[in-house]
Amino acid sequence: MDTTNKMDVKRPELIQGNMSFEQLTDVVCKPVEDKAPKMWFILMAGFSSLICLLLAMIGYLVWDGVGVWGLNQPVGWGFAIVNFVFWVGIGHAGTLISAILFLFRQNWRTSINRFAEAMTIFAVICALIFPGIHVGRIWLAYYMFPIPNSMAMWPNFSSPLLWDVFAVSTYFTVSLLFWYVGLIPDLATLRDRSKTKVKRIVYGLFALGWRGANRHWQNYERAYLILAAIATPLVLSVHSIVSFDFAVSQLPGWHTTIFPPYFVAGAIFSGFAMVLTLLIIAREIFGMKNIVTIRHLENMNKFILATGTMVGYAYAMEFFIAWYSGNPYESFAFVNRAFGPYWWAYWIMVSCNVISPQFFWFKKLRTSIPVMFVISIFVNIGMWFERFVITVTSLHRDFLPSSWGYYSPTYVDVLTFVGSFGLFFTLFLLFLKYLPMIAIAEVKMILPEANPHHHGDEH
Amino acid sequence: MSNKNIFPKWSNVIPGFVAAGLGLIGISVIFVFWYWFSPKHLEVGYQPHQPIPYSHKLHAGELGMDCRYCHFTVEKATHASIPPTEVCMNCHTTIKTDSPHIKKLTESYETGKPIEWVKVHQLPDYAYFDHSRHVNSGIGCASCHGRVDKMEEVRQVEPLSMSWCLECHRNVEDFVRPKDKIAEMDYHSENQQVEGEFLKSLYKLAPREDCTTCHR
Repeated sequence: MDTTNKMDVKRPELIQGNMSFEQLTDVVCKPVEDKAPKMWFILMAGFSSLICLLLAMIGYLVWDGVGVWGLNQPVGWGFAIVNFVFWVGIGHAGTLISAILFLFRQNWRTSINRFAEAMTIFAVICALIFPGIHVGRIWLAYYMFPIPNSMAMWPNFSSPLLWDVFAVSTYFTVSLLFWYVGLIPDLATLRDRSKTKVKRIVYGLFALGWRGANRHWQNYERAYLILAAIATPLVLSVHSIVSFDFAVSQLPGWHTTIFPPYFVAGAIFSGFAMVLTLLIIAREIFGMKNIVTIRHLENMNKFILATGTMVGYAYAMEFFIAWYSGNPYESFAFVNRAFGPYWWAYWIMVSCNVISPQFFWFKKLRTSIPVMFVISIFVNIGMWFERFVITVTSLHRDFLPSSWGYYSPTYVDVLTFVGSFGLFFTLFLLFLKYLPMIAIAEVKMILPEANPHHHGDEH
Repeated sequence: MSNKNIFPKWSNVIPGFVAAGLGLIGISVIFVFWYWFSPKHLEVGYQPHQPIPYSHKLHAGELGMDCRYCHFTVEKATHASIPPTEVCMNCHTTIKTDSPHIKKLTESYETGKPIEWVKVHQLPDYAYFDHSRHVNSGIGCASCHGRVDKMEEVRQVEPLSMSWCLECHRNVEDFVRPKDKIAEMDYHSENQQVEGEFLKSLYKLAPREDCTTCHR
């Protein structure tokens, strides 16, 4: 992962195929400028009908109330929270790649940052649906915001649920701004290359009059650096605060201090897995193999291995502390997790999240496309189950055995979750069709031609 | 690529206007809801027509009848009772029996079919309110219902909104009065601050502000 510019060490170029600036622009702009393939329309039809399903399920929920979900006493938090944490977690890779790796001058990020940031934004949109609809009376969702009203009602600032509102909305705003600022030079490229008037006006509108002037680049780079600095703490803070939703409560299984780092590691883990799943498909279909090389994918697999191992450590540490604390309720909560009625969910989680990334210790496996694709899918599944395990298993065994219960989702729960994937992929397909999926301007900066010492031959 | 710009120069100011416009729209929407859609604007002044033009001004004002003569459950129950026809007939079997309105009363009295008075002060179903709890704690009728003794037909003078309730629950010393002056319409304390504090401790008033106090 050491990609610092050491002139004396010869490393393979990040961008393969000896592309010139122009060729690179051509390759990245091709999917945007060509007519959309038939497959695009088929997928679009499929995923947008899933959006209809999502809207129908939300409509039914609003009409009938949260009773259409499988919630009960004592399991008052179910799919809505699980899905929220799942989607927010996925959103973490984008900011990590765009902000933290930018500050650490990890040049390989340029090939994947646009893609990951887009995924972040769409994932956070999906995430925001769930807390919005789980309040029951969604027309009163504005109670979550400090807005003057005739009820003298003010949000409870000592509640982590409110911190969540601010954490996630800040995260969304900053991610969107970051993504958009990075897009401006590329939007100008698309504007200048567009053949129809409508396209020129639309891309021109969003390119904000970018001419590539020296002054423009100076301002751009400064803005990008500032946004990266703002976004960096957010990578850590957002999922920490999401974990507070659980950790601040007094429930065995939730009330643990390891939650914030554990959640952040899990979020980056799941985010990278989702980027990987999508990127493997996209680079294949759109012929971006020279820009998103095996080396990029391998770097991401190393992230998955590292964060997956951290998550595994957290699982183990939770058990250790449950035993070491000598607290019988804590011990029960964790033994029950692994061997209680939800044992199947727990072991799905462990095998997907702890065992599957360990294959990436082997270079042969972490550079194999089929292997990493399968593992990335496993990680996606495992991280959804992690949230399910945390939320449901901690609730279903209340302090009094008389209040014990079992939670099963209804078809409305399941179809709402499926529908959220429809929203996610529809937004993604729109992104692939209308915006450059690789940050053209940024990738050009790491091409050999961009190096001031480059004269087209070796020195 | 031609050298001509797509957008004229003046379009540079548009983003600023859009940003300012969105901010203004946001503030305006909040203001409209907070100010014009509040009970202060929507509820205050509600004055429905009653089936019989009963005058509170005459009965409670000029004749000086006590509120509790007609609304006799106010000290004992959650509701202050709209008086049944029988209460009216205590007097109106002999007074002004020729009036067409009193004839309606007589008819209601004889048939047993109640007069359909229109409720003026409506609290939502999800708000629990107990008249007796307030009246027996030294909160006067006029504090919430206004100077009914000056109204020909009763109208709502206070918003009955949650913030309005809380205003008193948070500063009860500004509103409390001696328990024996509950129904006094023109009650006014020369020194509410001192007297209020005194009565608050005398009556051991500690109005609650928990959600479940009113939303049970």
